[in-house]
Amino acid sequence: MSLKSSKLQLNEQGQLRHFLGIDGLSRELLTEILDTADSFLEVGERSIKKVPLLRGKTVCNVFFENSTRTRSTFELAAKRLSADVLNLDVQTSSTSKGETLYDTLRNLEAMAADMFVVRHGDSGAAHFIAGNVCPDVAIINAGDGNHAHPTQAMLDMLTIRRHQKPFEQLSVAIVGDILHSRVARSNMEALRILGCPDIRVIAPRTLLPEGIEQYGVRVFNDLRTGLRDVDVVIMLRLQKERMQSGLLPSEGEFYRQYGLTSDSLALARPDALVMHPGPINRGVEIESAVADGAQSVILKQVTYGIAVRMAVMSMAMAGQTTQRQSRQGAE
Amino acid sequence: MTELPDVGTLLQRMGEDLIALLDREQRTDPAVVGIHTGGAWIAEQLRDRFLPDSPLGSLDIAFYRDDFSQIGLQPGVRPSELPFSVEGRHLVLVDDVLMTGRTIRAALNELFDYGRPASVTLVTLVDLESRELPIRADILGVSLALPRGQRIKLTGPEPLRLTLNPIAES
Repeated sequence: MSLKSSKLQLNEQGQLRHFLGIDGLSRELLTEILDTADSFLEVGERSIKKVPLLRGKTVCNVFFENSTRTRSTFELAAKRLSADVLNLDVQTSSTSKGETLYDTLRNLEAMAADMFVVRHGDSGAAHFIAGNVCPDVAIINAGDGNHAHPTQAMLDMLTIRRHQKPFEQLSVAIVGDILHSRVARSNMEALRILGCPDIRVIAPRTLLPEGIEQYGVRVFNDLRTGLRDVDVVIMLRLQKERMQSGLLPSEGEFYRQYGLTSDSLALARPDALVMHPGPINRGVEIESAVADGAQSVILKQVTYGIAVRMAVMSMAMAGQTTQRQSRQGAE
Repeated sequence: MTELPDVGTLLQRMGEDLIALLDREQRTDPAVVGIHTGGAWIAEQLRDRFLPDSPLGSLDIAFYRDDFSQIGLQPGVRPSELPFSVEGRHLVLVDDVLMTGRTIRAALNELFDYGRPASVTLVTLVDLESRELPIRADILGVSLALPRGQRIKLTGPEPLRLTLNPIAES
């Protein structure tokens, strides 16, 4: 199955109606998401952190995989847009009684849900739902397998845009388990579309996917060479649950070679940003002093994540509405 | 073509009327809030010329519009900036063109999400008198009846001018 997102996630007017992946989206659209998120950031600083945009709409968080941070920031984003939110922890619900993904979602649709925020362990799950199960419900991909995590990529782009030079002048390094990282894939796509000329990935050979060159990135197996003079370092979580397969000798060995420490960070530019999608493994991929240091924007990423999710949710909801109306007009 | 009034002349009289009204109603130490984009330009000029000690803020009411479910989110939303506490404050709310009153409704809702102002005084440059809500300006520049098929637009910020344009066929 091809996971090209472009056709599926835009309506006839070219507006977002699902948000499934970064690939195939234009620079203008990504910039519009970032601009809208900037405005929502201001809402988060008010005493009443709520706008009435999605009043009366129902958003279902459908998480087939655990995630505390992503789910709670999506929930907060929906609530700040005044939507009603339903959190479905599918692992503990009727799927364990044998109900299929299809039936679960069709039931939610029958409850007049307007948007599904979907996290699933299988690559392409969100695409499948948008294409085959509930095309009239706005689908937001909150992470699918090793494939994509587009809202994480957009919050990373917002963090970079707010704290660094324009994308056209940046060197960005993505470090760690690229092979299993949907964050890495979405980030490489977003950086390329936004015009970043120097995208580097730094990882041991065993943690690099085949065909990584198609993303237009430079590959480094040595951390110290790769970090030289970069403006942004995006660390990835070492997914311990995926380490059983013998791709790495040990956590200690990985930290010695690829862990971001004060020493290795000193090779980057002095004002380089340190980013991490969380949750961080202190002493596994990043030194505590670096994670908490002056160059770290890891907690800012969390704050920006709410604004980005508000932007994507309101844009997709609007795109679905426009689509529905133009179809009704045509009938 | 209809002769459109000079904005500078209108602002002068509006400013004088505003000061008189604030005095009469004892609305002391007001803050001035303009609605993006035209209202913000007028608010800045009124503040600079008549209320130099008042803080200035701006509102983008895109998140409060009542037509989101019909037309969606307008592109180019800017952050609202209210660099003062709204709670207990007298506010002067400024917009360029008052028509249906829906923009002002949205702006009032947004203001109340920042706090409970002591009062809101509405200032608008032009009133097109086609209200759909019970809203009126406290201080008004001019009332206009437009020729059919025309819309009025404030260009700026320097100089501020009113222009008539044909409504684009959609």
